[in-house]
Amino acid sequence: MSEIMLATQSVRKSFGSLEVARDVSIELPRGARHALIGPNGAGKTTLINLITGQLAPDGGRILLEGVDITHAPVAARVRRGLTRTFQINTLFPDLTPLESVVMAICEREGKAAQFWRPLTSHGDAIDEAHEILARLRLADEATRTTRHLPYGKQRLLEIALALATKPKVLLLDEPAAGVPKDESAMLFSVIDALPEDMTILFIEHDMSIVFTFASRIIVLVAGGVLLEADPDTVRSDPRVREVYLGSAHGH
Amino acid sequence: MTTPASSTADNHAWLRRQARWSPYELAFWLAVLIPFWVFPTYLTLASQIAITALFAVSVDLVLGYAGIVTLGHAMFFGLGAYAAGLLTKAGWGEPLSGLVLSGLLTALVGLLVSFMIVRVQHLALLMITLGLGLLTAELANSLGWLTGGTDGLQGVDVWPVFNHFEFDLWGYTAYAYALAALFVGVAAARRIVHSSFGLSLRGVRENLNRMPAIGSPWRRHLQIVYTISAGMAGIAGAVLTHTTETVSLDSLSFQRSADVVVMLILGGTGRLYGAILGAAIFMIARDQLSDMNPQYWYFWIGLLLMLVVLFMPKGILGGLSGLLRRLGG
Ligand SMILES: Nc1ncnc2c1ncn2[C@@H]1O[C@H](COP(=O)(O)OP(=O)(O)OP(=O)(O)O)[C@@H](O)[C@H]1O
Ligand SMILES: [Mg+2]
Repeated sequence: MSEIMLATQSVRKSFGSLEVARDVSIELPRGARHALIGPNGAGKTTLINLITGQLAPDGGRILLEGVDITHAPVAARVRRGLTRTFQINTLFPDLTPLESVVMAICEREGKAAQFWRPLTSHGDAIDEAHEILARLRLADEATRTTRHLPYGKQRLLEIALALATKPKVLLLDEPAAGVPKDESAMLFSVIDALPEDMTILFIEHDMSIVFTFASRIIVLVAGGVLLEADPDTVRSDPRVREVYLGSAHGH
Repeated sequence: MTTPASSTADNHAWLRRQARWSPYELAFWLAVLIPFWVFPTYLTLASQIAITALFAVSVDLVLGYAGIVTLGHAMFFGLGAYAAGLLTKAGWGEPLSGLVLSGLLTALVGLLVSFMIVRVQHLALLMITLGLGLLTAELANSLGWLTGGTDGLQGVDVWPVFNHFEFDLWGYTAYAYALAALFVGVAAARRIVHSSFGLSLRGVRENLNRMPAIGSPWRRHLQIVYTISAGMAGIAGAVLTHTTETVSLDSLSFQRSADVVVMLILGGTGRLYGAILGAAIFMIARDQLSDMNPQYWYFWIGLLLMLVVLFMPKGILGGLSGLLRRLGG
């Protein structure tokens, strides 16, 4: 039994009369490569918002390494090692990837507020930023303004920013959303190469990618966990076929 | 901005280039010395411009870099002006220590106010800064025994700078003093915006939603920059007191808060020198136009403002530097 890094316990959330999280209880062991799947509007993004603190749950608890973080602010959770990426690019359009990643590193190191120190004196942060950007194949675009990067590169920068926080648990909300199929395979190979002890949960609609990269799959339907199992079980489950695989899908 | 960098040494070099003093900057600081010889009759106007420019730079730090829109920054300018004046009336007329003390006081007030400022955004932020500005102005008006009310603070006696340079009638000392204050202010602001802190401020301005998601205590960043900006605005106010040896309620007025925002929009926000250019254009236009037609000179500022907003969304300096970049390839 490996250590549980992240757990939700009966997490509930409603928007008015719409229940988007019904007693969701999931657990991610250290080094997990879990996929979270479900039809559009199932509440996947909402669940990530609840876990990372962008939304407050109506009930239930969220534990990071056994510590109750249900009421911790977003930034405090990040500093404890819980980081997410966004389904819709949430970047810094007028900064370069280099600047964005150096900023995230300085924030992590608690050096961001040192207004008397030139940015160029943070040599380690600049080197580390290069290393992260190179890992995400962004080294050649490091000093181009983010708003001018091709969309696929911007998706990679989403991940680079998250990695700069040195996450223990990384939640990826459709990292390949809107990316052409050949590029999305490349993107997932980058994700696959992340350190083994990093705990990862990713949302993805493309089933071939899910079955290739996930060791376990959580199926969310109408705000509730329908099934959590290994890929083979999920593939052959009739309920999943009916509500998810069988339905015509927009992605 | 477009050269691809594929090694970390390139990245270091690129970041160094962003922060280095450009030839244009050096040329600018040489050009501002010209009035000493060429237009001595305009020295008083030149000091007013330098003081207003320092004030505008302080507002650029919060508005241009951190994206905090404020309509009440004259509050700090005026507080600094009164603090400097009252200090001389209390018997301490030494100007440099007067600047430091006034700056510290307004920074402290800025720190207190910042707890409120970082909790609100958009319209609420405008209303809070506006409200605080009006409140301070009214307070100074009603505390006539302390501030002199509508008559202004009389009997301000400032000692010579370095115990040597008297504030003379022609304004040589005044301009040198105001210019030195502006230079120190810009050098400090430059250092701040080219630090990791300055980078995080740009992050806040660019995408507030992402900041918590990278673990940033962005509210604290905003409090720090607001405090620094309040201190700098207070020093600008104190320079005005020292160079004119009087303080009026006008230093706290809403008009001053609004004018400085207009100057920033004209010159261009988030580039420090845009604040200076905006202040210069505004003050020179006022000087020239109000001679011709004192009532209606705002008409021309209004027109200019609209033209700039429509055709140069990054301000005049932003437009010029864009043009230069295009010409340079
Ligand atoms: N802030 C909100 N206020 C009201 N309703 C919301 C809010 N956020 C999401 N919803 C609704 O909650 C439901 C779940 O949304 P969510 O974004 O979590 O779905 P999802 O599973 O991520 O879908 P997709 O696959 O399209 O990304 C949707 O019906 C959505 O319209
Ligand atoms: Mg979603």
